[in-house]
Amino acid sequence: MSEIREDFREILRLVRPGSRVLDIGCGEGALLEMLAREKGVDGRGLEISPDGVSACLARGLAVVQGDADRDLADYPSRAFDYAILSQTLQTVREPKRVLAELLRIAERAIVSLPNFGYWRVRLGLLATGRMPMTGALSEPWWATPNIHLCTLRDFTALCDMLAVRIEDSAALADGRQARRMDPSRPIENWRAEHGIFLLSRPGASAPAKAEPAARGDLFGN
Amino acid sequence: MTSTTDLLPAVGTEGGRIRFGPERVLKLDSGAQLPGLEIAYRTYGQLNAAKSNAVLVCHALTLDQHIASEHPLTGKPGWWSQFVGQGRPLDPARHFIICSNVVGGCMGTTGPSSIDPRTGKPFGLSFPMITIADMVRAQALLIDALGIDTLFAVVGGSMGGMQVLQWAADYPDRLYSAVCIAAAARHSAQNIGFHEVGRQAIMADPDWRGGDYASLGVRPEKGLAVARMAAHITYLSEAALQRKFGREMQRDGLSWGFDADFQIESYLRHQGASFVDRFDANSYLYITRAMDYFDLAAGHGGVLAEAFRRARDVRFCVLSFTSDWLYPTAESRSIVRALNAAGARASFVEIETDKGHDAFLLDEPVMKAAVSGFLESAGQSRGIP
Repeated sequence: MSEIREDFREILRLVRPGSRVLDIGCGEGALLEMLAREKGVDGRGLEISPDGVSACLARGLAVVQGDADRDLADYPSRAFDYAILSQTLQTVREPKRVLAELLRIAERAIVSLPNFGYWRVRLGLLATGRMPMTGALSEPWWATPNIHLCTLRDFTALCDMLAVRIEDSAALADGRQARRMDPSRPIENWRAEHGIFLLSRPGASAPAKAEPAARGDLFGN
Repeated sequence: MTSTTDLLPAVGTEGGRIRFGPERVLKLDSGAQLPGLEIAYRTYGQLNAAKSNAVLVCHALTLDQHIASEHPLTGKPGWWSQFVGQGRPLDPARHFIICSNVVGGCMGTTGPSSIDPRTGKPFGLSFPMITIADMVRAQALLIDALGIDTLFAVVGGSMGGMQVLQWAADYPDRLYSAVCIAAAARHSAQNIGFHEVGRQAIMADPDWRGGDYASLGVRPEKGLAVARMAAHITYLSEAALQRKFGREMQRDGLSWGFDADFQIESYLRHQGASFVDRFDANSYLYITRAMDYFDLAAGHGGVLAEAFRRARDVRFCVLSFTSDWLYPTAESRSIVRALNAAGARASFVEIETDKGHDAFLLDEPVMKAAVSGFLESAGQSRGIP
């Protein structure tokens, strides 16, 4: 859980104050609430569980029950500055289409996901011959919602395929503070337990325009 | 009966009936006008000094203004009693709750059974056709008369939800939040089809007399009862009917005839028979027609989002029920899609239940929790303690 909160902290640093944000898979709205409180964002959520949506309503958040695979099509193009997909891409049926949808709906996407290339995962599979279970992947194969796990290299290859620009990325591991990384370096595919990516589509306004919050130091050091 | 001028003492009491003077003629969508409009309404709670805590509840087709108090004809508790009270979504200790009988209704607001001042006889079919927007326009007159500028919330289920959407489209500056439950932005072919069955049942009753039954001292009770029986099935789900009745018999063995052998038959006959004691057949015709004519996008170039373009600052809560086949979740989703496209603050929950459309009238904990949470947080940002 500490990794996830670190993940939120990174997203908070990344999002420009006062921007419009869609949090997809927003759960009970913890991130949206933080974004509203600390960044003054105009936030919306999409959440699959009715209990999650009810919890969001009680927090005063505007959240729609739905799922990323089916309901992103309902949002108009460029309605948001950021579309956030936190630890959810690996659970959707069509990650490629969802990723493309994020960057249709929003100028930028912030995507975080567990790295199946993480050394503990690789070692677990090699040593036991069974589906790895780690802090990030804590459920057995038959119970996990993660149906499209990938490595950082897989993810960057998908971004290349979709001509999506990776503006920034950071690694999270062992609950430590986020560490900025170059996801194309093979070593990162070993040592990052999670990756967070700031993505934009080709032709999106340059990151420099997103002053001051979108400067390169957003992920710390 | 009070006129608009001596209305104010009624605020904070339990409502009454307002008669609007000639300066407040209700202009109808059909082009006709309704002079001498009377609106019967109930209120619960007190309007606060800032006049910021008023909640308008819009009622469904066959319901009325008696949301949380004993019905004067049936003696039964108000139809939304479980929704109103301490710890419930609408709380008279915090909210000033208003509900008025719709135009065309038969519980005190001007409708086809009212006396036409020009003839001294009941309107019958000379009553002008009305729409959902006309109902809302009349409600706005009432809100004006009560001295309320902006409603904290407009809340309704089924046809009440249609009025909520119409409020957002027509008076976006006069509501802070909107709760639309089990409704649709337009009537589907299936909806219209079921209504037509009901209307034909009424009009096929010889006692309907071309709509003049009231002047002739008769009532098309059989036709209205059949209309109600058919409609009642659409308010429930197949699963709920099966669970409640299955093939249970009224008595041992078959009658080998057309008596009510099955409990479901007996139940529907009872629903039909009790309905005619509290509802007017012509009102049923007019109000079902108003629902059939409802198509919110039609007045906005066929684009529903355009209807909500001016309602961007309104907080919306849209709810649907999984087993509602009258206004299925897809209808609510299209409302939410339009709200998103308009950039409005929309929330949406689909509630899991097998109780069908009528779930909005039942003690549905998830619905109550969702609306409570929504209104609670909206109240905080509105400054209502």
